[in-house]
Amino acid sequence: MLPGAIMHVAGSYHAAGGNREGLIVVVGLGSCGIAAGGQKVRSALIEAIERRALPIQLRETGCVGMCYREVLVDVFDPQGKRFTYGNVTPERVERLATDHFESGRPVREWLVRSSEESLADDSFFAKQKRIVLRNCGIIDPESLAEYRARDGYQALEKALRRMQPEEVIQAVRDSGLRGRGGAGFPTGLKWQFARGAKGEKKYLICNGDEGDPGAFMDRSVLEGDPHTVIEGMLIAAYGIGADEGYLYVRAEYPLAVRRLRKAIADATMAGFLGEHIMGSMLTARGSEFSFQLHVKEGAGAFVCGEETALMASIEGQRGMPRLRPPFPATSGLWGKPTNINNVETYANIPWILLHGPQAFADLGTEKSKGSKVFALAGKIARGGLVEVPMGITIGEVIYEIGGGIKDGRAFKAVQMGGPSGGCIPASLADTMIDYESVTQTGAIMGSGGMVVLDETACMVEIARFFLDFTQKESCGKCTFCRIGTKRMLEILTRITQGQGQEGDIELLYDLADKVKTSSLCGLGQTAPNPVLTTLRYFREEYEAHIREKRCPAHYCRKLLVYRIDSDLCTGCTACARACPTQAISGVVKQPHLIDQARCIQCGSCVAKCRFDAVKTQ
Amino acid sequence: MSQSRKKPKKSIATREETEVGLLGAILTKYAGAAGAVIPILQESQEALGCLRPQTIETLALGMGVPASQIYGVVTFYSQFRLMPIGKHLCKVCHGTACHVSGATEVGEAILDQLRVDEGGTTADGRFTVQSVACLGCCSLAPVMMIDEETHGRLTPDRARKLLREV
Ligand SMILES: Cc1cc2nc3c(=O)[nH]c(=O)nc-3n(C[C@H](O)[C@H](O)[C@H](O)COP(=O)(O)O)c2cc1C
Ligand code: SF4
Ligand code: SF4
Ligand code: FES
Ligand code: FES
Repeated sequence: MLPGAIMHVAGSYHAAGGNREGLIVVVGLGSCGIAAGGQKVRSALIEAIERRALPIQLRETGCVGMCYREVLVDVFDPQGKRFTYGNVTPERVERLATDHFESGRPVREWLVRSSEESLADDSFFAKQKRIVLRNCGIIDPESLAEYRARDGYQALEKALRRMQPEEVIQAVRDSGLRGRGGAGFPTGLKWQFARGAKGEKKYLICNGDEGDPGAFMDRSVLEGDPHTVIEGMLIAAYGIGADEGYLYVRAEYPLAVRRLRKAIADATMAGFLGEHIMGSMLTARGSEFSFQLHVKEGAGAFVCGEETALMASIEGQRGMPRLRPPFPATSGLWGKPTNINNVETYANIPWILLHGPQAFADLGTEKSKGSKVFALAGKIARGGLVEVPMGITIGEVIYEIGGGIKDGRAFKAVQMGGPSGGCIPASLADTMIDYESVTQTGAIMGSGGMVVLDETACMVEIARFFLDFTQKESCGKCTFCRIGTKRMLEILTRITQGQGQEGDIELLYDLADKVKTSSLCGLGQTAPNPVLTTLRYFREEYEAHIREKRCPAHYCRKLLVYRIDSDLCTGCTACARACPTQAISGVVKQPHLIDQARCIQCGSCVAKCRFDAVKTQ
Repeated sequence: MSQSRKKPKKSIATREETEVGLLGAILTKYAGAAGAVIPILQESQEALGCLRPQTIETLALGMGVPASQIYGVVTFYSQFRLMPIGKHLCKVCHGTACHVSGATEVGEAILDQLRVDEGGTTADGRFTVQSVACLGCCSLAPVMMIDEETHGRLTPDRARKLLREV
């Protein structure tokens, strides 16, 4: 059977303006498509098409999800057949143009997906359920017409035409949707609080700060389908009675900002944003619903993803969290009732209204409904953007969708939830993806980052990495978050450098407890999680570092012994010249030798050796 | 001779005037807009490259707030710079995905090649190297950005080569 997305696309040839004659060629130009050389491929395509004067429409789209295959080029023919090429380079364009574009013979060995045959990469999509990503990688994100052709702004029209604000909120409550920003608070309930709050002026905020390093779900949605987020916000604003909103986007996402600005301008022109929304389309007297939407660019501070800090930042202050209550629903931006949700939360809303809350609630587990987007990265064979129904297991995502571990190595753990989350060991791969099950492991669902670790990852070092991050990002308001994390970092650093002492583990537990309980915001309250989960599942690695001065994963440099394999060494002298302590001796073209007494374990020789002759133990 | 000595003086004065004019235009654009401090600082930095003490004084005066308040904001957010940067900005990602895919070695190779410290600028003023947490292209890890261009699937050698080609 063909995965759903293909079906949709087959139908979109005409919707997208296909003219029955020529082919449509689509280049994936999400951030990672561009990074992989998408623009160069696009230029090569333009050149090849123009030189042959072919009647081809060249278009762009956002993230398809198969980031591991970038650069991706889709070819649609007038019969609706789809051919997806992966790993396209400018050099490969020539053959695509002669064989496929000109002579109609698809280049089969470069195909990664096709509506005409089943290919290995189909399993990447088989278990996915695309609600949030329904348009990502299919439409041109800069085209309102293409969004409209795929039911865009129909949910808004339905709400304004046929539903009272209370009914909108009820529908979201019935769907069981929970916030996708991390904590999983029921969205409908949050809206109800904001609706019920006293006050004429109310604000709506979309949290696109996406601070978790190693996650790119919100970026892909904002870049790939900006109108969905805007439509979701409009419906929310109608529900709670807000007339002004902010989209807060992370500083590092310039492309998302650009596409959002264009989408807002286009939606305003078309009457979906601004005064009397859809007025002329609805009734003669016009709709009474108005909504102004602003884009705010973040300025680089992880803590600004926390809702109260984010609002302080919009107000132009230092982004420091404040005590709640009062919750934003009663006193938020500029002291007014405010509703704040994550990008993905809003992106679900149009689908829920169009397909009905029940269709959403039918997916998932008892307490976690619908689907969740994950960014698969790290040591996974097929890294990219996936959306799966809640209730699927972690193992299914990693093995069946992600294709297992890169380079045939062993799966060790998966990091979920970023700096606030934890490491789930391979032995718990059958854990279901729902808020409660993931929380039970000590990690959190988080916003959707899944960084996969293989046997070469040192878990103490991973914990140290996250503590280094949170320690730097602490806003400094709470003593334990500011100094406690620093102490924890010092202990972890010391352990990875072979200076761990008996009692360090107990000290870490003690500090973790204090940091958790005496911090004001989620950053401090969850900062110890990466340490606690690695201690829970990989305590023996900590002990090996501390007691035996040994790093079982062979990662921590200071705990390694460097030796030169005399069979592999060609005597090129590269290592000896790189060694800062002159620990390596040997004659040209003779195997070299490392003097252990002088070696400071800097690793330079490993990096310099082109014959892989320097081994570590 | 005396003429050529005068010239630079004059052009400095002009540069200051241009700066004041530029900042004035930005301030006017946001006049009356609530919470505009951050966008004003972002645009000023964009136009001038960094936020020097003189720039901050001018902006504080224009906004009618104490300079200390502006400094508070500037030093809180990592995007703002008090010092000018090199001709090219090289951002090396040390986010989780890049970290587990060898970003440390890539980062070291870059610092070694350019003979510069983390966050520093090369002696010839050509490069500033910064470490960042996630550029959002995690599936191409490890990743770096040179000016506006992102490069993925790096190895220490590829990173060195890319820098030589700039
Ligand atoms: C330190 C910290 C960082 C956060 N970062 C984000 C973020 O990047 N994106 C996000 O949507 N929520 C983030 N949150 C959660 C927000 O505070 C808030 O709960 C969320 O935006 C609510 O939206 P939701 O109900 O739709 O999930 C963060 C929270 C904390 C404590
Ligand atoms: S817990 Fe940390 S980040 Fe949060 S308010 Fe306190 S010091 Fe700031
Ligand atoms: S690890 Fe460093 S100090 Fe030791 S032999 Fe290699 S280059 Fe020399
Ligand atoms: S960004 Fe291109 S497939 Fe993900
Ligand atoms: S972790 Fe490096 S790009 Fe995301």
